[in-house]
Amino acid sequence: MSATDTTQLRDQIQQLIANEPVTLFMKGTPSLIMCGNSDRALRALREAGAPVTTVDVLPDPQIRQELSALSGWPTIPQVFVKGELIGGADIVEELAASGELRDRLDAALGTERDPAVKVAALTA
Amino acid sequence: MPGTDTLEALLREAFPDASALAVEDRTGGGDHFQVTVESGRFDGLTLVEQHRLVYDALAAPLADGSIHELRIKTTKGLQP
Repeated sequence: MSATDTTQLRDQIQQLIANEPVTLFMKGTPSLIMCGNSDRALRALREAGAPVTTVDVLPDPQIRQELSALSGWPTIPQVFVKGELIGGADIVEELAASGELRDRLDAALGTERDPAVKVAALTA
Repeated sequence: MPGTDTLEALLREAFPDASALAVEDRTGGGDHFQVTVESGRFDGLTLVEQHRLVYDALAAPLADGSIHELRIKTTKGLQP
């Protein structure tokens, strides 16, 4: 991958994080989840009534590399709400169990939200 | 392969004050770990900041791929 492609990939990741209400970087897709922690994170988000935009990091190792360089978070999954890193599976589950996840979603997105799950593809 | 002893040593170094510290090999395969740390270093920090401290302590085994999956449970050291 050329340096230009890498920059484009990073820009796409940044735009998704900034523009989507909730972004979940995961291994696999909601219909074919390839990792237990990605499953835990998605479940916790859905139970809290979050709209979720998922990004599969598996098609290209560069996605994960650029994402972790941006977020400073070394593992997958990673959850962002309105541009802010919420954490990985453990934190999202912990926040869901305490009710704080729903509170934070309510504060960031309002209580009237469409809890649809969609898949975003990166075009690198 | 780092093993639970190696990870525990790295965590002890990073959290010398830890009132609880445990590393469990979840699958017996030496690459899926659950770490539990209770430390005063977490006081006043968000969960993201707390987990970042654990990731920092385990940066080497995370970077070289010897940890395939890591579960983290942090607890603040403040007495209730």
